[in-house]
Amino acid sequence: MGALVKKEAQPERNEGQDQQQYLTFMLGGEIFAIGILAIKEIIEYGNLTEVPMMPDYIRGVINLRGSVVPVVDLSARFGRPGTELTRRTCIVIIEVATEEEKQVVGVVVDAVNEVLEIPAEQIEPPPSFGARIRTDFICGMGKVGGRFVILLNVSRVLSVDELAMLDQVAGVQDTPRLVDQAAA
Amino acid sequence: MSMDQALQTYIEEGRSLLEEMEDILLQLENEPLQDDDTVNALFRAAHTIKGSAGLFGLDAIVSFTHVVENVLDKLRDGELAVNGDLVELLLKCRDHIALLISVVAESGELLDAEQERTGEALLAALRGLLGVAPMEPASPTVRDTPVEASGGGMMEGDCWNISLKFGRDVLRNGMDPLSFIRYLSTIGDIVSLATDDSELPDLAQLDPESCYLGFMIEFKSEADKKTIEDVFEFVREDCTLRILPPPSHLAAYIERIEHASGNTDMIGQLLIEAGILTSHELEETLAAQEKLVAQESGARVPVGELLVKEGVVQKEVVDVALEKQRQIRDHKAQEAKFIRVNAEKLDELINLVGELVIAGASASLLAKRSGDLVMHEATSVMSRLVEEIRDGALKLRMVEIGETFNRFQRVVRDVSKELGKDIGLEISGAETELDKTVVEKIGDPLMHLVRNSMDHGIEPGEVRTATGKPARGTLRLNAYHDSGSIVIEVADDGGGLKKERILKKAIERGIVSPGQTLSDHEIFNLIFEAGFSTADQVTNLSGRGVGMDVVRRNIQALRGTVDIDSEEGLGTTVRIRLPLTLAIIDGFLVGVGKSAFVVPLDMVLECVELSEADRKAADMRNYVNLRGEVLPFIRLRDQFEVNEPAGKRENIVVVQYGGLKAGFVVDELMGEFQTVIKPLGSIFRQLKGISGSTILGTGEVALILDVPALVQLSVASESSMAE
Repeated sequence: MGALVKKEAQPERNEGQDQQQYLTFMLGGEIFAIGILAIKEIIEYGNLTEVPMMPDYIRGVINLRGSVVPVVDLSARFGRPGTELTRRTCIVIIEVATEEEKQVVGVVVDAVNEVLEIPAEQIEPPPSFGARIRTDFICGMGKVGGRFVILLNVSRVLSVDELAMLDQVAGVQDTPRLVDQAAA
Repeated sequence: MSMDQALQTYIEEGRSLLEEMEDILLQLENEPLQDDDTVNALFRAAHTIKGSAGLFGLDAIVSFTHVVENVLDKLRDGELAVNGDLVELLLKCRDHIALLISVVAESGELLDAEQERTGEALLAALRGLLGVAPMEPASPTVRDTPVEASGGGMMEGDCWNISLKFGRDVLRNGMDPLSFIRYLSTIGDIVSLATDDSELPDLAQLDPESCYLGFMIEFKSEADKKTIEDVFEFVREDCTLRILPPPSHLAAYIERIEHASGNTDMIGQLLIEAGILTSHELEETLAAQEKLVAQESGARVPVGELLVKEGVVQKEVVDVALEKQRQIRDHKAQEAKFIRVNAEKLDELINLVGELVIAGASASLLAKRSGDLVMHEATSVMSRLVEEIRDGALKLRMVEIGETFNRFQRVVRDVSKELGKDIGLEISGAETELDKTVVEKIGDPLMHLVRNSMDHGIEPGEVRTATGKPARGTLRLNAYHDSGSIVIEVADDGGGLKKERILKKAIERGIVSPGQTLSDHEIFNLIFEAGFSTADQVTNLSGRGVGMDVVRRNIQALRGTVDIDSEEGLGTTVRIRLPLTLAIIDGFLVGVGKSAFVVPLDMVLECVELSEADRKAADMRNYVNLRGEVLPFIRLRDQFEVNEPAGKRENIVVVQYGGLKAGFVVDELMGEFQTVIKPLGSIFRQLKGISGSTILGTGEVALILDVPALVQLSVASESSMAE
């Protein structure tokens, strides 16, 4: 599992300023971007173990140098059909900070494009509708070469609390409570 | 060792001493007539706490403990008698010392006003026992009287006492006794000199060439004993020399002995180290001892006794030295048995061993694939060793549960007083071992269960006698190993759970719908539901309904389960089942579709093939006939919604958990596998049926099945079908 791109130590000039560098990637024909500070590394897709009884957007787990890391299918997370596997499919490893801990999560993307610098003045607020993605997942629309790039709000998209919610999954409840059974 | 580390050691030592004190006090309370050793141990514990606190300048601890020590001293001398009040007071004092240690020693802060007042009140009570005016300041601490101070300053009349008796042949050997005395005066002042002429015969028998005289010299000098002895070096063979240090030195010697390095546990060496005995004197004494043994062919007279008898050393000093000797021996015995290791280092080791197991599995796999027999052989030897290392490393973290149990002696005592119930605690299975991490986390749930049992389980004395039970209630803590887990039982012989009341409450709270029929077992387990409490009255101990569900959650967080059994009128037993370890287990690897799963090996009973007939009938019924027994099974393929078609054969893994048997239908049996448990992370925290993951030799992740949860899931889904 070779790391294609390893995150280098951030250049100092970036600190203190607004985040300007973004990793852009393809997902279902659209370009998305994630702030580069959250990204740990990018690896080839492979050796994934599916975890049963989990919602579709949890693709499974992988072994990342000895630690077990969950992999999220972003496309499924946005309520679209799951990502089709191709030769260019990658897993972007992202560190999500929650209140108590830092959780490392992988996301499946169709292809990784490049690292872009998007100055703050080139970022528009998210549209109130029309992106066909929950608005709280978007932190802005970056203008790059006349196209819009959707800048994702990683802490919302990969919110551990939300990902852990299994309620929408049929057949698997939290500790089976008797009242639930009665209703079933 | 830096001061900080030393302080840390002191705090730990202090805590264990306090625990010891508590044990002894509770013993004393039950049987006030203990032998001297018990009280001595109590005194020693307080003394050590005080002494070491002095070293760190923790004056608050020193001054408080000093008074406690004085009381204990009186107790030791029999001036005070053991009774309930005294033990109660001493227990409170112990708690106060514990508080002082944690507040003063750890953070260096002072107590707040209320704690200060508690301390004052305790001191007043203690002083009352001592018969001392309450405002008398605490005596100076060990720290205030360093060895040098008392060793150096000489008081008038504070002299060395030298008794010198020359042998008959001194003069014949060309020695002049007087010259020695003259030489002696060069290193100090001879205050007085008395000639001992008691040996002098009648003039007629007097041999002018013999020396009959002895001298008693009061000698004032700053020199140490060795120097003084050296004065008489040339006549050493020819005279009897006794040098007793000045009384003011005694305290210093005693102190030195008390603070001896502990390099030796020989009493003679101890005394020499303190400077009160010279090696020459020791040799003489030892020779005398040998001679005595030879003469009387009897028991060996202890050196200490002999030294006192011969007048070489004062009795007080020997007593102290003996005490110190015992301490050193105790310490040595402990040192030989235990090494303190930082828990973090141990965790690191376990993690490394885990990685080693994974790497080893990968190496074995490669060797197997390569078909190289020699290499295969080599890796299998390595695997065996790795397994041993794993077991050894895991054992390092295993501790006996007894210590946790013993803590409840005090809890039961205090709570039963508070409740006005007479309750005894019985402990069994204290030697059962389990992982330290588990032990640490089980304390709170246990505490809750124990308090709950005492508060709600055991009835008041009158009720008990009315129902023909002994007035004294009994609480039992028991632990034992059972199929790879440890079972901890909290049992009481109280009133038991009242089914109707629980059911009524559950319906009221909407936890159960009115028409449902539940087994007794299910009803009892309702009390673990959130917001459930059947206590009529809320006491300050329990009954607020925030307890039992928290207990269950804590236990589940440890991959354990909790279960309750009760017989109305006879008592209740809560059974906690926990995995022995949270790090590495023996697993049994099975395949379903493309994926591999691990079943904890301790739960696997056997594997059988799922017969063709049963396979066909599996749509209709999920049970097989296992040698005349009905064995319900779960098809993991269905449970996990695996889409690939099944292979030609399927197998049943028969598992057992807490008396329940079930089968898991899998495609492939892949054999035993050392499973290093890797947590799945919080995203999967709601997932039932999978307890964790592990990494296979191929680098792939395999999931560990949570057998009880899977069974429970199936039970739940079938019982919902019944509705």
